[in-house]
Amino acid sequence: MAAAVDKSRVPWWVSNLIVPLVNLILALLVSALFIFIAGENPIQAVKLIIYGSFGYLDGFAYTLYYTTNFVFTGLAFAVAFHCRLFNIGGEGQAYIGGLGVFLVAINVSFLPVPIVWLLAIAGAFIFGAGWAFIPAYLQAKRGSHVVITTIMFNFIASSLMVFLLVDVIRDMKQMGPHTVALPKEIWFPTFKEFAALFGIKIRYSPLNISFLLAIAASFFVWFLVWKTKWGYEMRAVGHNMQAAIYAGISPYKNIIIAMCISGGLAGLLGINEILGVHHKIVAGFPAGYGFTGIAVALMGRNHPIGIFPAAFLFGILYQGGSEVTFDMPNITRYMFVAVQGVIILFSGALENLFRPQIESFFVNRLKMKREI
Amino acid sequence: MKKILNIFVVSFALVFSSNLFANKIGVIYDSGGKFDKSFNELAFRTAERVKNELGWDMIEFEAANNTQIEQGMRKVADRGATLVVAMGFAQADAVAAIAPQYPDINFVAVDVCWVDDPAGNIYQACYLEHEGSFLVGVIAAMASQTGTIGFVGGMDIPLIRKFQGGYEQGALHANPDIKILANMTGTTPEAWNNPTKGAELTKAQIDGGADVVYQAAGGTGIGVLQAAADAGIMGIGVDTNQNWMHPGNMLTSMLKRLDLTIFEQAEKTAAGTFEPGINILGLAQGMVGYATEDGMVTDEMAAAADAAAAGIIDGSISVADWSQE
Repeated sequence: MAAAVDKSRVPWWVSNLIVPLVNLILALLVSALFIFIAGENPIQAVKLIIYGSFGYLDGFAYTLYYTTNFVFTGLAFAVAFHCRLFNIGGEGQAYIGGLGVFLVAINVSFLPVPIVWLLAIAGAFIFGAGWAFIPAYLQAKRGSHVVITTIMFNFIASSLMVFLLVDVIRDMKQMGPHTVALPKEIWFPTFKEFAALFGIKIRYSPLNISFLLAIAASFFVWFLVWKTKWGYEMRAVGHNMQAAIYAGISPYKNIIIAMCISGGLAGLLGINEILGVHHKIVAGFPAGYGFTGIAVALMGRNHPIGIFPAAFLFGILYQGGSEVTFDMPNITRYMFVAVQGVIILFSGALENLFRPQIESFFVNRLKMKREI
Repeated sequence: MKKILNIFVVSFALVFSSNLFANKIGVIYDSGGKFDKSFNELAFRTAERVKNELGWDMIEFEAANNTQIEQGMRKVADRGATLVVAMGFAQADAVAAIAPQYPDINFVAVDVCWVDDPAGNIYQACYLEHEGSFLVGVIAAMASQTGTIGFVGGMDIPLIRKFQGGYEQGALHANPDIKILANMTGTTPEAWNNPTKGAELTKAQIDGGADVVYQAAGGTGIGVLQAAADAGIMGIGVDTNQNWMHPGNMLTSMLKRLDLTIFEQAEKTAAGTFEPGINILGLAQGMVGYATEDGMVTDEMAAAADAAAAGIIDGSISVADWSQE
C-alpha cells in the first residue's frame, strides 16, 4: 500500500482529471478484452463507436440526446450525494416526472406554447420531487435508509405507471401500454428543425431543446450547491451531521430539500422523453437512464463540470454501441451493458484502487521539482 | 463427368447471380430478446428459413430501448432490406413513421393492426391469441388431476391479459369447477427476461395445487417450463411449439403462426404480389392453434379442443378479448 498523501498538496488536476482518466482507460482495456474474447477486433469496434457517435450528423445528434438524459439523472444523483444521500431512485422519479409532464401538458395545452412548456417543466419537477419526498421524509424522520426506500419506490413507480397505462390513461385504440399523443403544437422543437433553418438536412433525430434545459440545469445545480446558503447547509449536513446540528442547521429540512431537488431533476428526464421524443407516455420510457445516472455522477465527481463530459461519454457508448451491434453480429446489446458495468466498477467501486499511487507519484514529482 | 461438371458450373452461377440481386429480410426484435425460445426466436428461425429456402440475405437488430427502435429500423431499411419485419406492438409508432419514407420496402408489423398506411406498404398482423389460448385452456382443464391449473404471464399488459382471458375461459368451458391460479411476472420490461422469477411463481402455483401451467412470458417462460418439469407436472408453451423443451412434461403449446405470416409475405415480396392491409388472424384463418407433436394431448382432449375450435369458428362459442376491457 502506498503511503497516505497529504490531500491538500495534491494538485486539483491530478485527482479530478488524471485519476478518472486512468480508471476510464483501464475500464476500456478490460472491455477491449471482452470484445476480443467474443471474437471481434477491438480496434475495429472502437472505430465503429467513434464513427457511430461522431461520424455523421444523425449519429452525433443521437449522442447528444442520450447525453441530455444522463445529465439530468447524473445531476439528480449528485445533488443528493452532496447531502450524503444515496438516491438510487432516479429511475422511478423520472417515470413519475414523465407522468407530471403528460398530465400538465394535456390539460393546459390550450394556453400559449411557452407557458405550456414552463408549466410542463414545473410539472416534471414537482412530480419527480413528490416521488422523492416520501423516502426523504422516511429518512429524515424515521431513519429508514434512503437506499432501500428509493429502490423500492422504483418498483412502486413502475407498477403504478403500468396500472395507469393499462387501465386508466391508455390510448384504447391500440394494444400497447401507452397514452394518446400530445397535440403537435406543444412538442419541443427538434434539432432537425433547427438544422433545417441553416439548410442542413437531417432525417431524424430525437435531439431537441431539452439539451439546453440540461445545460441550464447544470448551472442551476452548480449555483445551488456551491453559491447559496441552502447548498452550504446541505453540504454541511452531508459532511458532518453532528457539527451541522451544533451550528444550528436542521438535518431534517436539508435531507428533505436535497432529496426533493434530486427527484425533481430526475423528473426532468420526462421533459426530454415526452415533450421531445415520444410525445406520449410509453411504458418503461426511463429505460435505465436513472441507474446509469449514478455512474455518470460518480465518474463526474458529483460536479456539473464533470457530469457533463461523463454523460457525453455514456452517450457515445449508447449510440456507438448500437452501431457496433449492427456491424458485429457477435456483439450483442448485452455486451455494452457489460462495458458500462466495467466502467462503473472502475470509476465507482475501484475508484481508489490507483488513487494513492497516482497522487503520491505526482506529489513526489512536484516536490522534486520544487527542491531542484 | 463433363455433364456433371456443367451442371455444377451452371448451378454455381445461378446461386451466385441470385446472391447478387438477393432480397434481404430485416428483422427487428422485441424487448424479449432474440433467443427467448418463443416469439422472437420464431421470427429469427423464420428469417433463417427465408434465407435458406428463398436465398435471401438477412439483417437483424435488437433495440436496447424504445428510442433505438426507430433508429434501428431506419438503419435496416437503409442497408437494403426489401422486407422489414417489426416484432411486437412497441414498434407500431416506428413503423408508422418510417414506412411512408421507404415506399419501395415492404413492412410486416406483427401484433400491430391500427397504424395508418399512406404509402401502402405495411402488412399488419394481429392474432386472436385468446382463441388459441381457449383451446389450450380446454386441454389443460381436461389434463388436470387436481382440478387446479396455473397461468404465468410476462409483463402485465393488455396483450398478455388476452392470453390469460382465453385460457381461463377455455378451462371453465371444459370444467366449470376448475380453479385457476394466475400471476404476472412484473410491471417492467424486465418481466420478459426473468426466468428465475418465472420459476418461483410456478413453484408457488404448484404449492397451490396446480398441475398444469401455461406460460405467456417470453424469456421468463423458460423458467416456468423448467420449474414445471422439475416438479413433474405439465407445462404449456406459447407462440411456437415448445414441446421439445421438456418431453414428457409438456402438455401442448399454443401456436401463433407468425412464422407462416412472415414466410408468406417474404414469398409474396419476391413474387411482387405483396398486399398491404390490416389482418386479424385467428382460428378461422388457421393462424392460431395448439401443438400435438411431442406433447401429451390425448385423442379425447384433441376431440374436445377441435370441437371448441369448430364452435369458435361457427360463432356458437364466443371468447371475450380481455385486452379490450
